[in-house]
Amino acid sequence: MRKMPKLIDLATVVRSKNAGPLYVTFDVMFPNKSVFEKVKFSKVLTEKYIAKLYGVDVKEVSIIMYDIVNSLKITIPRNEISGALADTDVYGCQQQVPLSNVIIP
Amino acid sequence: MKIIALNGLLGYGYAAESLENVKGMKIDYIGVDAGSTDPGPHYLGNGTSFTDRNAVKRDIELALVYALNKKIPFVIGSAGGSGGKVHVEWVKNIIEEIAAGNKLNFKMAIIQSEVTKEYVRGKLRAGKIREMGPGLPLTEEVIDKCDRIVTQIGIGPFMKALESDADVILAGRSCDTAIYAAPAIKAGMDMGLAFHMAKIMECGSMCSEPMTASDIMTATIEKDSFTLEPANPIRRCTIDRVAAHTMYEQGNPYFIYEPDGVIDLKESKYEQISDRAVRVSNSKFIEAKEKTLKLEAAMLAGYRTISIAGINDPLTIKNIDLVFDTVKKFVVENMKDKIAPEDYLITLRKYGEPLPGMPIPELPTNNMGVILDVVAKTQEKANTICALARARMLHTDYPGRKSTAGNLAFPYSPSDIYCGPVYTFGMYHLAVVDDLCETSSISFVKVGA
Repeated sequence: MRKMPKLIDLATVVRSKNAGPLYVTFDVMFPNKSVFEKVKFSKVLTEKYIAKLYGVDVKEVSIIMYDIVNSLKITIPRNEISGALADTDVYGCQQQVPLSNVIIP
Repeated sequence: MKIIALNGLLGYGYAAESLENVKGMKIDYIGVDAGSTDPGPHYLGNGTSFTDRNAVKRDIELALVYALNKKIPFVIGSAGGSGGKVHVEWVKNIIEEIAAGNKLNFKMAIIQSEVTKEYVRGKLRAGKIREMGPGLPLTEEVIDKCDRIVTQIGIGPFMKALESDADVILAGRSCDTAIYAAPAIKAGMDMGLAFHMAKIMECGSMCSEPMTASDIMTATIEKDSFTLEPANPIRRCTIDRVAAHTMYEQGNPYFIYEPDGVIDLKESKYEQISDRAVRVSNSKFIEAKEKTLKLEAAMLAGYRTISIAGINDPLTIKNIDLVFDTVKKFVVENMKDKIAPEDYLITLRKYGEPLPGMPIPELPTNNMGVILDVVAKTQEKANTICALARARMLHTDYPGRKSTAGNLAFPYSPSDIYCGPVYTFGMYHLAVVDDLCETSSISFVKVGA
């Protein structure tokens, strides 16, 4: 049986960044429409799944398909506001790894 | 109308060659964004810049001399990074130094956008504060703790300043987009296109390949489209990069929220019109029913002292939590009559451990980085707690220990670093306003002899 790919194996870009100090937003870009649609139609990446993966409130998770550049836009609230005493990533630019490792069947 | 963005952030640099290239064009406006909340709350709270003075001076000097010579308006938004009065003053001082050094004379408009605690308290009591997300409720107690409150102004104050005969406009905290959208809208261009153009170009050459925030972007806006083309011939704009940059640093790729309204990008069209240029059309502006301005402020949270060390011994790494627990208990006990435990927070930040949920590597890490992180009510208390904890941690015993001479490999002497005041965000909210210019004021100064 072929090993199922991780999101990072399918994507050309998986990045995270602050969208203001209260949210982190992820851009996942794919090389072409067919790969993008494989991920889109796999239905793995749901608000519920992302909420559990990052330990955040599901009501605050947003997932948007940005078809024009074969990309996914995911936004989650920060568990710690940027620069809070317990924050570990002020720019929010190193939060992508759990997302990168999601298996896409 | 041709507008150029010097770079994505004043002080991040740009190629001098790129500036030489634009000198051959007919330029109507030179802008540069100097601000961001990305570096965290410290700089707003502390009244300092996250960019370096010499780097900021270099970026302004090259372009300012050219702009004045050609009578092109030169506009800086979010001066000094956080855009408070003290930050504006910092950049004003740099500009005066450049003027003196180059024997320049000109008129400068200064736009301030700080507000008082009373202003925010009034908004809160009138129910005119809107939260931007979870985790940061605004209360009167928070307002009291915030020393410097800035508002992100929109296009209004910039358009007013552009009506004057000022050669240079230096503005406090501003929406990044306002810097570039204002001249286009003042010239009668479509607001949807003007804001969309501004949103993409405010990061300099981030929408090109190779991608960088440290280079010049040019934009030409016409009646029904705008075109982006990097000033540096080594870069090119592509549809993918331009469209992808539209979604950068914001939660929704289809809508850009501005004080004046929202830009709907659902029907936007992107065309590759040459090897290096992309044309965009069909972006729509929808006026907001409720006009809002974003408030930003930081609160003092204490003073920090840290100590950085490596740990190479696998047994010490295995026992690290036990070691730190011993250290914390010792510090509390040792200082109980001198420094109350509620006056400080002591944290061990560990680097090199597998992340939660991540697979454990086959070869366990044999090198861990740790930061002993102390935030206390005063710098002196932070220094005391950190020094005590660092010394205790160096020599903490644990079961089975064989490396009994020391637990920490310090890369530096001195081992303790005094970081100064620590701030946290107090405000990141929207205030409903009657007039989008109500938080700003414009004054004019003569610069140079």
